Amino acid sequence: MESKDNLRVPGSQKPLTIEKPSDLNTIGGTVSVEINEKKITVPLGTTILEACKMSGISIPTLCNHEDLCVAGVCRICVVEVEGMRTLQASCAFPITAPMKIRTSTPMVRKARRNIIDLMLSEHYGECYSCFRNGKCELQALAKEYGVDSYTYGHVSKPKYEIDKSSYSVIRDMSKCVLCKRCVRTCIDLQEVGVLEAVDRGDKTHISTFLNKPLNDVICINCGQCINRCPTAALRANDPSDEIWAAIDDPKKHVIIQTAPSPRAAIGEEFGLGAGHSMTRELNTALKRIGFDKVFDTNFTADLTIIEEGTELILRLYKALVKKEDAALPQFTSCSPGWVKFIEHYYPDYLDNLSSAKSPQQMFGALIKTFYAQKAGIDPSDVVSVALMPCSAKKFECNRPEMHASGFKDVDYGLTTREMAKMIREAGINLPEMPKSDFDDPFGEASGAGLIFGATGGVMEAAIRSVVEFVLGKKTEDIFEKANIIPLRGFDGVKYMEIPIGNEVGEVPDIIKHLVPDWNWLKGATLKIAVAHGTANAKKIMDNIKAGGKFSECHFIEFMACPGGCIGGGGQPIPTTPEIRKLRAKAIYAEDESLELRKSHENPNVVKIYNEFLTDGPCGHQSHKLLHTHYTKRGRYIA
Amino acid sequence: MEKKERKGAVLFSAYKRGDGIKKVLAKSREDVLLDIRESKLKGRGGAGFPTATKWMMVAAANSETKYIICNADEGEPGTFKDRVLLLEYPELVFDGMVIAAYIIGAKNGIVYLRGEYEYLKKSLEDYLESMRKDNLLGQNILSKKGFDFDITIRMGSGAYVCGEETALIESLEGSRGEARNRPPFPVTTGYMGHPTTVNNVETLASIPHIVSKGGEWFKKNGTDKSTGSKLFSVSGDCRKPGVYELPWGTKISDLLKIVEAEDSKAVQVGGASGFCIPKSQFNRTLAYEDAATGGSIIIFNESRNMLHILKNFMEFFVEESCGQCTPCRIGNVKLLEGIRMIEKGEYTFNYMNQLKDLGRTMQVASKCGLGQSSPNSFISILENFKDEIFNGNGGNNGK
Ligand SMILES: Cc1cc2nc3c(=O)[nH]c(=O)nc-3n(C[C@H](O)[C@H](O)[C@H](O)COP(=O)(O)O)c2cc1C
Ligand code: SF4
Ligand code: SF4
Ligand code: SF4
Ligand code: SF4
Ligand code: FES
Repeated sequence: MESKDNLRVPGSQKPLTIEKPSDLNTIGGTVSVEINEKKITVPLGTTILEACKMSGISIPTLCNHEDLCVAGVCRICVVEVEGMRTLQASCAFPITAPMKIRTSTPMVRKARRNIIDLMLSEHYGECYSCFRNGKCELQALAKEYGVDSYTYGHVSKPKYEIDKSSYSVIRDMSKCVLCKRCVRTCIDLQEVGVLEAVDRGDKTHISTFLNKPLNDVICINCGQCINRCPTAALRANDPSDEIWAAIDDPKKHVIIQTAPSPRAAIGEEFGLGAGHSMTRELNTALKRIGFDKVFDTNFTADLTIIEEGTELILRLYKALVKKEDAALPQFTSCSPGWVKFIEHYYPDYLDNLSSAKSPQQMFGALIKTFYAQKAGIDPSDVVSVALMPCSAKKFECNRPEMHASGFKDVDYGLTTREMAKMIREAGINLPEMPKSDFDDPFGEASGAGLIFGATGGVMEAAIRSVVEFVLGKKTEDIFEKANIIPLRGFDGVKYMEIPIGNEVGEVPDIIKHLVPDWNWLKGATLKIAVAHGTANAKKIMDNIKAGGKFSECHFIEFMACPGGCIGGGGQPIPTTPEIRKLRAKAIYAEDESLELRKSHENPNVVKIYNEFLTDGPCGHQSHKLLHTHYTKRGRYIA
Repeated sequence: MEKKERKGAVLFSAYKRGDGIKKVLAKSREDVLLDIRESKLKGRGGAGFPTATKWMMVAAANSETKYIICNADEGEPGTFKDRVLLLEYPELVFDGMVIAAYIIGAKNGIVYLRGEYEYLKKSLEDYLESMRKDNLLGQNILSKKGFDFDITIRMGSGAYVCGEETALIESLEGSRGEARNRPPFPVTTGYMGHPTTVNNVETLASIPHIVSKGGEWFKKNGTDKSTGSKLFSVSGDCRKPGVYELPWGTKISDLLKIVEAEDSKAVQVGGASGFCIPKSQFNRTLAYEDAATGGSIIIFNESRNMLHILKNFMEFFVEESCGQCTPCRIGNVKLLEGIRMIEKGEYTFNYMNQLKDLGRTMQVASKCGLGQSSPNSFISILENFKDEIFNGNGGNNGK
């Protein structure tokens, strides 16, 4: 992810490749420039924009984004370079020779103001009736440059119809300023390739394949484009009005489950810096808003580990002992963006995908069955909401197969941003809330479920349990404090081998009926891998297709979004590499502060297998409620 | 191919196919480059970049693979001189490419041929085939060991901006024809990421003459800063439109006499993206340092309506902007709207000045030469033909 090689992008957007000197301190490794008369020495290849930042000078930007390759199209960041006739886009200009730069000359200021005025003249919409009001980069620029009238007029009619076809992403191209961040996100960061600029001149606009509605193209609903759009041209499909209506309806029993990543990020929507976990403040706020119950998605994350882990053991048993085909490596299935990606791009590998549902959908199925029964509520009166960092979860809950309870298992997927809006609407300042706990009967969950939010977290959670199941040892005895460091961090692809050795433990009771002993695993080496962002997923998939090293893996975690769920498409805007790091840190810190850090030790998980899913993991009942199937979609949709 | 009788000091002077190549193969690359530097040849495609400098950079680039691209997109309204060269003097263009390849160390050459010139493709390909037969292309050219080079012809996509060298490369790579960020320049990161020189047809066609007859000979024509001669595509209100080879430094008034233009009111130098020169300035010279042009000369006589002319130009740019950068994509629309306002008589001088100011922003802030030059005619016509356009009746003319 962090590396930008192999970009499948138009050359105009490719970053300049400059050979990095092996030692930056050798002569030639750095270059000295003068910015507004102040000298500064920067590494060769630093852009003018970065150099300005280093010397404390702020330059306005719009098309530039830290996660994306350079575009240089909005031209708002122009500066004067001595000896050059034209202004230069500072975001796109790598410094390779000494130069004198001026960032605020009359020519520069006039150009910036003209550019903003031009964008506003074509921009349909009024800020006060716009959901990005106060959080819009175009609006912020207009404010910064003191725009108080429309110099070049203002469009009075929308140019394009709003595309509301998708469950996840709404496109309102009349608000688009053609910064192409979405294009670069979709084509180059995610390598999905749904959006591209079409037509020329003043007719240029962002379009889908054959201008089809988003729902009819191979969009994986990851929402990464939304997260990078500077304006309101892209947004998630917001169900909050329906949720308010349900809350206001006394007959309805409205339940919300909250995933770990929104809790680590929602503080940002209330002015806190990134990396403040708001889990227990959020519980209180949600109760005050009027949700009848607040459950912790981590509970079903724990359940996912048991189901998915059991499934893996069964596949390995089938392959190694019974010598039958068993579709290995097994792929995780909790990221709905990834699931749709593989359905489109690698439909021949759907058997490798774990049949276990995502934690959201497992919870949905249990709420309208197990919980409704226990609480004595008619499941048709239950409205089930899921607070997720993700826009793909909105699509997922609308999949026709997600009706295991006999009802729509999860009624609404709500993003972190939408949740923050509801909380603000209710007049609540989240950081001031007293802390409170999750509701029973699911109560607290483990730290293993919590770290699902960061890339590598699902794998770490699984390994914490698998190690104890198979080796009969404590995870802590193998990995210090049960932290499996090689699986953490933001490398695009991570790989790890865990030798099992010749000492194995007892098969735990919960799966005793499935495998008699672990002797068949003696001397084996468990090979696992992790990828985040579909571009990285593609690397692994292509390697598997070619019979490379990843085809020998046993278990691979895939997350559609860069950084995993903490960088999900429903998370607060902006999301940057730095912010993702801080959110992940908050999650890992919270995990380490917990007593309970392994899914199989969660007493509520043990209880639900005793009371409800009585034929055990991957048993009949769990298959009915907690597992699903997938659709071969392919690249072209009729 | 039937050759028209054309006369000229450099390009249209005598040359025999292969002579230039023979000459350079006997010398070192460095010496040939020095000859070209001596000639002070500047690019004929419009930007006027010194050709020797460009080739020096590609020659110096550290890469196995390099390309020479002949820019035959000829999209500037009012130019047709590259077509004449390709049709009547292919030996100059292709020999020029072979010589360039020798200097920079390229193995592959590409002619990017304007879509509308498809009908030339067959004859050009036949010509290349005959060069291969004579070992002027292919392996070990003229028995020079290790000098392998061949040329392919690729068709353009019809967009004006694809004549801009980086958009041309994008288009060759199969992407949308859009200008790239520069730096990196094509000389280091060009076609498929390899060092590439993009040269205009006429630039390349000058090379065989220069290497055969020497830089000093070339410099006999022209001015100090604009050496040699230039092909001018002359169109508009004159009795003898066509392609003329004239030395740089020729006065506009002299050119008008040669082409038998009468009653001229204005001359558009450099096509739609150039400047409009009024009668009062006809003593100016055609040269890089004065009235620069890639070759397009359009003559308007007194019967022409300057506002209409300007409107045509601006409509062209609104269509032809690639649409990626803000100043050009929206700016051209605003300039065109301004012209419509004048047509209707619904404008203020304040706003017109604002638009000129916008034009100046476009000139410096647009991403590529298209947006940087599209306001030229707007600004020059509004300034030079103030009286005609705003003639005291509220601008209510042009109808
Ligand atoms: C919008 C635009 C269109 C251009 N069209 C052409 C063209 O049709 N032919 C051409 O030779 N150069 C054209 N150029 C100039 C090229 O970018 C480039 O400078 C030229 O091919 C370099 O060759 P030279 O150094 O031999 O002049 C165009 C430039 C711009 C900005
Ligand atoms: S997108 Fe931004 S500028 Fe446009 S209406 Fe919304 S808030 Fe205002
Ligand atoms: S949601 Fe994801 S796949 Fe869909 S258009 Fe946006 S970036 Fe592309
Ligand atoms: S939709 Fe948003 S991100 Fe995409 S080009 Fe338009 S403004 Fe930029
Ligand atoms: S100046 Fe015009 S043609 Fe050039 S990149 Fe910008 S929009 Fe495209
Ligand atoms: S931010 Fe540099 S051109 Fe857009």
